[in-house]
Amino acid sequence: MSFKIVVLAKQVPDTRNVGKDAMKADGTVNRAALPAIYNPEDLNALEQALRLKSQVAGATVHVLTMGPARAAEIIRESMYRGADGGYLLSGREFAGSDTLATSYALACAIRKMGKVDVIVCGRQAIDGDTAQVGPQVAEKLGMPQITYAEEILDCTASKITVKRRLERGVEVVSGPIPMVVTVNSSAPECRPRHAKLTLKYKRAATLTEKQDAGADYTDLYTVHPYLTITEWGINDIEHDIKWLGLTGSPTKVKQIENVVFTAKESKRLTANDEEIEDLMKELIANHTIG
Amino acid sequence: MNFFNDNPAIKFQLSHPLMPKIVALKERNYADKDKFDYAARDFEDAIDSYEKVLEIIGGICSDIIAPNAESVDHDGPQVENSRVIYARGTQENHDALTQAGVYGITLPRQYGGLNFPMVAYVMSGEMVSRADAGFANIWGLQDCAETISEFASDEIKAEFLPRVCEGATCSMDLTEPDAGSDLQAVQLKATFNEADGMWYLNGVKRFITNGDAQIKLVLARSEDGTTDGRGLSYFVADNKHDHTVLVRRIENKLGIKGSPTCELVFNNTPAQLVGTRRMGLIKYVMSLMNGARLGIGAQSTGLSAAAYTEALNYARERRQFGKAIIEFPAVYEMLSIIKAKLDASRALLYETTRFVDVYKAYEGIESERKLTPEEKAEFKEYLKLADALTPMLKMFSSEYANQNAYDSIQVHGGSGFMKDYACERHFRDARIMTIYEGTSQLQVVAAIRHVTTGNYLKMIRDYDNQYIKPEFTSFRKRLQIMTNLFANAVARVNEVKNQEYLDFQSRRLVEMGGHIIMSYLLLIDASRDTEDQFRKSAEVYLNFAEVEVRRHAAFIKTFEVDNVDVYKVQ
Repeated sequence: MSFKIVVLAKQVPDTRNVGKDAMKADGTVNRAALPAIYNPEDLNALEQALRLKSQVAGATVHVLTMGPARAAEIIRESMYRGADGGYLLSGREFAGSDTLATSYALACAIRKMGKVDVIVCGRQAIDGDTAQVGPQVAEKLGMPQITYAEEILDCTASKITVKRRLERGVEVVSGPIPMVVTVNSSAPECRPRHAKLTLKYKRAATLTEKQDAGADYTDLYTVHPYLTITEWGINDIEHDIKWLGLTGSPTKVKQIENVVFTAKESKRLTANDEEIEDLMKELIANHTIG
Repeated sequence: MNFFNDNPAIKFQLSHPLMPKIVALKERNYADKDKFDYAARDFEDAIDSYEKVLEIIGGICSDIIAPNAESVDHDGPQVENSRVIYARGTQENHDALTQAGVYGITLPRQYGGLNFPMVAYVMSGEMVSRADAGFANIWGLQDCAETISEFASDEIKAEFLPRVCEGATCSMDLTEPDAGSDLQAVQLKATFNEADGMWYLNGVKRFITNGDAQIKLVLARSEDGTTDGRGLSYFVADNKHDHTVLVRRIENKLGIKGSPTCELVFNNTPAQLVGTRRMGLIKYVMSLMNGARLGIGAQSTGLSAAAYTEALNYARERRQFGKAIIEFPAVYEMLSIIKAKLDASRALLYETTRFVDVYKAYEGIESERKLTPEEKAEFKEYLKLADALTPMLKMFSSEYANQNAYDSIQVHGGSGFMKDYACERHFRDARIMTIYEGTSQLQVVAAIRHVTTGNYLKMIRDYDNQYIKPEFTSFRKRLQIMTNLFANAVARVNEVKNQEYLDFQSRRLVEMGGHIIMSYLLLIDASRDTEDQFRKSAEVYLNFAEVEVRRHAAFIKTFEVDNVDVYKVQ
């Protein structure tokens, strides 16, 4: 019996290693200065998907990502770790999408895949921190959702059981299949690349990449269809253009401010216990720590 | 960070001119390419695959093994119910490497291996050791599988090799309380049982690294009434038979504390014979030890790399007298010498490994078909080169690892003596490297015949004929003078014709040859490299080596046979 697991993953600028060139003068992200990485919580999601695959007979894991041509890297990275393949949704019509337009595009792509049993994605991406795309995809597909997952505990053909990590504890919930699950960073880290899979899939490429790369090893793609990463453009999905890209995005950035901490905001303490305790209380009170 | 990507000096070795030959031999001209979806299709594809897998290992080294090293050193393994429980970090390291599917890196694909040459394996060993020298033993014991692959029957291969690729741990159980350096004295008894066709092992082994491993290679006395090496055979035992191999205790060691060193009791342990009876010590253990010595070369070089990185970072950050201490001649000289000894060790490490790769590939081909006379001649030639360089590598790289770890603490000053910095762990971990798998003194015993027969001299003359950039002509001239000093010293010792005198001088002679060979290797690397990574080390090492060679030459020149007596201690 087939059981299709789809992971929604995003290639993001590595905002954890921000330098002084991270923002452009106009307040937008300088993507050229930041290395593109696999969104960390999506890797947690991939790990959950791969574990699910090993538990459910006949299960497959495919990764769906929307982004420019180079986002195919995310799909290859997933295949190196155990995913069966992936879909790159790409085209200038998708550019400028906010969470609403993104989730619409992703939902259209998922509909095209036919029967999908479980959709797993990271809770949020480190570039936007909205945590909206997963839930919106569920809404648009009319699927139930379990958010803040830490571990998929059990799964049958009709029911999935998930441990959720909440602010003040954990909760175990079950729900029907199909289901959307969004995964927290507290979930186990993703497994490393597997040597044999890395060698098997190292030439996996989209049509666009193959055209750019030239004529090497072309026979391989005929012999091994798994080396071709599915690439969908706007014409490959059923859509209403007004919900896509910039036109489909009601979110508008009004203004971006640089917040620079200066020495004026610093505070000098003597190292006595009382002052340190006061500082602890202050920091806990304003939620800097705790 | 990634221990492969951040170290172009390792990647550089993959571009060596001998690599196409090594890869073609190992891949049997890429015969696997249509049988396995992960097999290499041609030379470029193979090198790309090595790099991709080394990058995976390099990432595990930097992200998991190195951060775990401190707690592993602190916690160490425990014995519970006669079994070993690894430290938490050790288990985590092993699980990550298993999950990444990188165990069995050199084994044939038909058994689940990656069929990479030793060069790639040694690179992985160097990186793992840089992350945690103690864990490098657990990673390095997959050497045992190499021996099974070379010498065991097809049935044994099919039983054990796939398990190694799936992360089953290995140990080589050789030494006993009264059989350390002298393995001919091994007493553990192997008895054949006609009824079930199995061998049964009984006795005690001591100082066994990773002693509670799942797959054990055991040297045991199979021939009743014998007392020497010819009565010993080689066995593979499956440690899944609970309560037949008991861990009596784990040694409390100075260093490499994460690597469990065990005392074992064999209690009627079922085992299978590997290869031919009576050949245990003479053939198989010698082969195993040569592989292990190469492994110590990688471990030592990795430790030197870690010692250098720590010292360099500290010297850049630490400020005294108004500036970073790296700006003081006394400090930067120490750093350059650590680096030069590191680069020299690495040059010798991969040169040796390439020779091992060629002869091992021919050895493998020979088990499939008859070699042509040309192939046979080449096989012998590379075997001889590997034999000559392996003890030299083991001795120099381990001595340098110790010297470098010592100097790394010195660069750290008082802080280096505290447990807060990794350099004190490196210092403790390095100490065993000049001792196990044959002490430095025994490496000299293995190397000296290559001095007296002129093998090293011939190799040196060949290196002198390789391409060396014209700008290094003055270095080359100095090396030619050093070579003459070496040749004269060898001639003098040979003329005396006195075994004790030769034994007394042999370390000095082997060191002279080694200094010259490493100087040439660095010069040849510096001539081939387009990134200019080795020029400084080539010069610094030559300066160092030249003084050492002259020192030994002067000592030997004026030292008479009678002078040996003054050193004798009753």
